[in-house]
Amino acid sequence: MKQKTVFLGAVVLLLLVFAVATMNHKAETAEQTEQVVDRNRDRLIRMHSPTLGNMQAKVVIVEFLDPACETCRSFYPLVKQMMAANPNDIRLVLRYAPFHEGSEDVVAVLEAARKQGKLWPALEALLASQAEWAPHHTAQVDLVWKHLEGLGLDLARMRADMAAPEIARVIEQDLADAQALNVTKTPEFFVNGQPLPRFGYEPLKQLVNSALTEASRTRQDGR
Amino acid sequence: MATTEINSTSTETTTGWTIIFVAWLIASASTLGALFFGEIMKLPTCSLCWYQRIFMFPLALILPMGLFPFDLKVIRYSLPLAVIGGLVAVFHQLLVAGVIPEDVRPCAQGVPCSQTVIEWFGFLTIPLLSVIAFSIIITLLIWAYLRSSK
Repeated sequence: MKQKTVFLGAVVLLLLVFAVATMNHKAETAEQTEQVVDRNRDRLIRMHSPTLGNMQAKVVIVEFLDPACETCRSFYPLVKQMMAANPNDIRLVLRYAPFHEGSEDVVAVLEAARKQGKLWPALEALLASQAEWAPHHTAQVDLVWKHLEGLGLDLARMRADMAAPEIARVIEQDLADAQALNVTKTPEFFVNGQPLPRFGYEPLKQLVNSALTEASRTRQDGR
Repeated sequence: MATTEINSTSTETTTGWTIIFVAWLIASASTLGALFFGEIMKLPTCSLCWYQRIFMFPLALILPMGLFPFDLKVIRYSLPLAVIGGLVAVFHQLLVAGVIPEDVRPCAQGVPCSQTVIEWFGFLTIPLLSVIAFSIIITLLIWAYLRSSK
């Protein structure tokens, strides 16, 4: 009987140590992420970064996105929904994190579309057709063009613009910033400079909502 | 006289039980430790590490089967696992130490087994921890076996 108690006690103790170590590790990593972001605050938004929504919005969502990433695709409608539900209050800043193979070329296509003022429609069209041009997690830039038809883009000009050195510089800078901010997976969100405490739809919603409440509170105080 | 005899047998049994119990403790701690490195710290698991896991994880389950009720036959079933796991661990350690030359390395793709991801106190790496854990378990099991066959 005593042996059973000893054994069960050991089981409980082992699991307890594991749980405590896990929590410690999570808290430590979260703290480190916050410190890294704090130190690299100027890397969150660049002059060249495309933005969507009210420039004066109190809540700024910085999203590191890979056009070939499936999770980015599934998060995109959620971000748009939140922006539609809070018009004028949310601004989206797009950062490129082309981690998938071949994805850099697709980002270059997006930047070329941007030169014609059609970045967001192009991004939406490519996210919608992602499965067709990025089979097996490999982006194939040759396959994207037909999905951009009908947007009123000058595709021939885009092909020429894609190779522009300033576009390569934008991608290079975004990748360097992603690395400095410890962004290793996409999508990664920063809401008013704060990283997600945990990855998922709900944590993002909660973080945005709390930022919105805080913004409306300070607005009232200011009056 | 009779009482003393019963007492001495039960002490024998208790010591044997304790030895297996300690072996189980080490196997369980190693299992949870490996899971912590892989699942919580998200350290990449190289192929040699996987083989060591294959032989360590079952020990955490089989050894308690020999504790309740106490059955020394469990040594028969667990010792082969511990010995093979220990051999893999020693091989891994030699690889890390550079004793085995580059072209013999089995994992060219994915995570190289020779890459050191953790080094505590300047010498304690994960493969070394594995060697230590397997050696202690093997020693304890052999000790329990020798005691009982006396």
